[in-house]
Amino acid sequence: MAPQPLRENRVEMSEEGMASASTAPRARRLALGLGPERLLTMYRQMLLARALDQRAWALNRQGEAPFVISGQGHEGAQVGAAAALRPGVDWVVPYYRDLALCLAMGMTAREFMLSVLARADDPSSGGRQMPSHFSLRRARIVTISSTVATQVVHAAGIAYASQLRGLDEVTITTLGEGSTSSGDWHEALNFAGVHRLPLICLVEDNSYAISVPRRLQMPIASVAERAHGYDMVGADVDGSDPLAVYEAVSQAVQRARAGEGPTLIRARCTRLTSHSSDDDQRRYRPAEELEEARCSDPIDRFRAYLREEGLLTEEAEGQLQRECGEEVEAAVEAARAAPLPDPGDLERHVYAEG
Amino acid sequence: MAVKSLIEGIREALVEEMERDPRVWVLGEDVGRKGGVFLATDGLQARYGEARVLDTPLAESCIVGVAIGSALNGLIPVAEIQFADFIHPAFDQIVSEAARIRYRSNGAWSCPIVIRAPFGGGVHGGLYHSQSVEAFYAHVPGLKVVIPSTPADAKGLLKAAIRDPDPVLFFEHKKAYRSIRGEVPAGDHVVPIGAAAVRRPGTRLTCIAWGLMTHYCLEAAETVAAEGIDAEVIDLRTLRPLDRGTILASVRKTARALIVHEDNLTGGFGAEVAAIIASEAFEHLDAPVTRLAGPDVPAMPFNRPQEEAFMPSPEKIAAAMRRLAAY
Repeated sequence: MAPQPLRENRVEMSEEGMASASTAPRARRLALGLGPERLLTMYRQMLLARALDQRAWALNRQGEAPFVISGQGHEGAQVGAAAALRPGVDWVVPYYRDLALCLAMGMTAREFMLSVLARADDPSSGGRQMPSHFSLRRARIVTISSTVATQVVHAAGIAYASQLRGLDEVTITTLGEGSTSSGDWHEALNFAGVHRLPLICLVEDNSYAISVPRRLQMPIASVAERAHGYDMVGADVDGSDPLAVYEAVSQAVQRARAGEGPTLIRARCTRLTSHSSDDDQRRYRPAEELEEARCSDPIDRFRAYLREEGLLTEEAEGQLQRECGEEVEAAVEAARAAPLPDPGDLERHVYAEG
Repeated sequence: MAVKSLIEGIREALVEEMERDPRVWVLGEDVGRKGGVFLATDGLQARYGEARVLDTPLAESCIVGVAIGSALNGLIPVAEIQFADFIHPAFDQIVSEAARIRYRSNGAWSCPIVIRAPFGGGVHGGLYHSQSVEAFYAHVPGLKVVIPSTPADAKGLLKAAIRDPDPVLFFEHKKAYRSIRGEVPAGDHVVPIGAAAVRRPGTRLTCIAWGLMTHYCLEAAETVAAEGIDAEVIDLRTLRPLDRGTILASVRKTARALIVHEDNLTGGFGAEVAAIIASEAFEHLDAPVTRLAGPDVPAMPFNRPQEEAFMPSPEKIAAAMRRLAAY
């Protein structure tokens, strides 16, 4: 293979980009090509994800769900990313905070609740895995483990197969900033860079890996800076702004489909809950910081934006909240009524059957 | 039938499977232009191109992880780990990922990959080019572990591994690559995974081995045959799934069992075979189940005297056979 010339890379900072959250909101959404209906769909997906997540915590505290892990505070980044992808065509190799992403790509509220209550019909794992270990074959959401960053290598392999088979598919994989410290992450991005794969790596940077702050994971401010070393474009965006993430992921999708290779995106998110139901972040995060985090709640920010745009009335907001609440309760009831896994099935699916 | 070496059997299987199924692809370190450090993939890249016979970065977790991903997206990867000693960085991808993809998704996803790796000592490979790693992986449900000992099996079992719907670890003894020759059936010769082979029928004792040790056991059996000890030699061929039926039928007949492996004794796969015999054929035994294995040192030394001291040999096996027969 002839050596390829070094390309000039850049880390795109959304604040300097053409579509800034603070100015000319109408011009911004027009520039992005998102109509009012799409925006309201995105907002509803965020609301539904939040409501499901909160309900899962309540089920945990009531003793019905043994374990919950949360995506609260990441909904903007995830819904923004999903809006740029083609459900069922593009591949999603997620991590455990991606409830909103999976909902937006085709998972239902009921399917999520089946996993929270570990029921037999849970499409992610039949109740075998902890909740939020998402998998949904029909939506090309790929099964994941609890080890971190192993899935990024799978995403590179999926993208390599798309390239080898000549298929017009893009693969997106996500992880937290702490997981980028692992060797698998480097190995995957290196491989993706070498082969200019149609891959997007979205780092949902919420500043904490359980209790360990970002400054102890990496010596740089933004993990997107690492893109240079893999000869790929790096973008750093406000993850609490779904439109900023939509824009960055859309550009990455365009690059991938044009054969221009992978993109590394860091979305600055906020973690509104403890790491999981077994963690208490008040032990390691100061109260003022937690208060501050609530101010960057992506749902509040997107609501304010839609209000400012005149796309969301108070009445419509109330209607959406009611609908989501009903959907969540219906999902909980359906999951409660669904059968538990059969202990007789313990030894099934170790190998192919039949 | 043409007489070929074990590595020619491997290569023949790869060529025929790549020819038969465009989904099959090969990846690993030096597998492309060089054709592999042992030349197992010699000529494949010229025939099938750089994308289907891929020289990967020097990163084993990447090799296995990329193989897994490509399998999730419809390809059938045959990944080469250059030496079994270097497979450990990929342990997580093999054990936490490949082995559990079907189970953890309740059957929604599967992981049809093959991981080939040369293993074993006796070639002055030192600590890091001599290891036997089969016990680590034979421990893991969800994986299959195959070790051919003849050129015909190398071809037939590798074809079966490539067509298998689950992850298969395929360990090839590097000392057997060229030293072991035999007839290889032409064309689509497939040997089913999970069946042991009785390589030498006998009545006095049962010797159980895999890989190069099968040949050492056969050599030892010939030696002790002259002394009136008629040993049966079983080549397991597959450690997981294990052919318990062939082992137990033989031990019930001979009443004596000797298990031979290069891997160190403690926690080696021989322990599992011994436990099965002890629990399933206890009333048929006339002697304790015996193991001859590598010593419990971290790995095989490079220098000749210590390497020879480490490796089981036909002489050591013959001595163990005599002791067992005399018990």
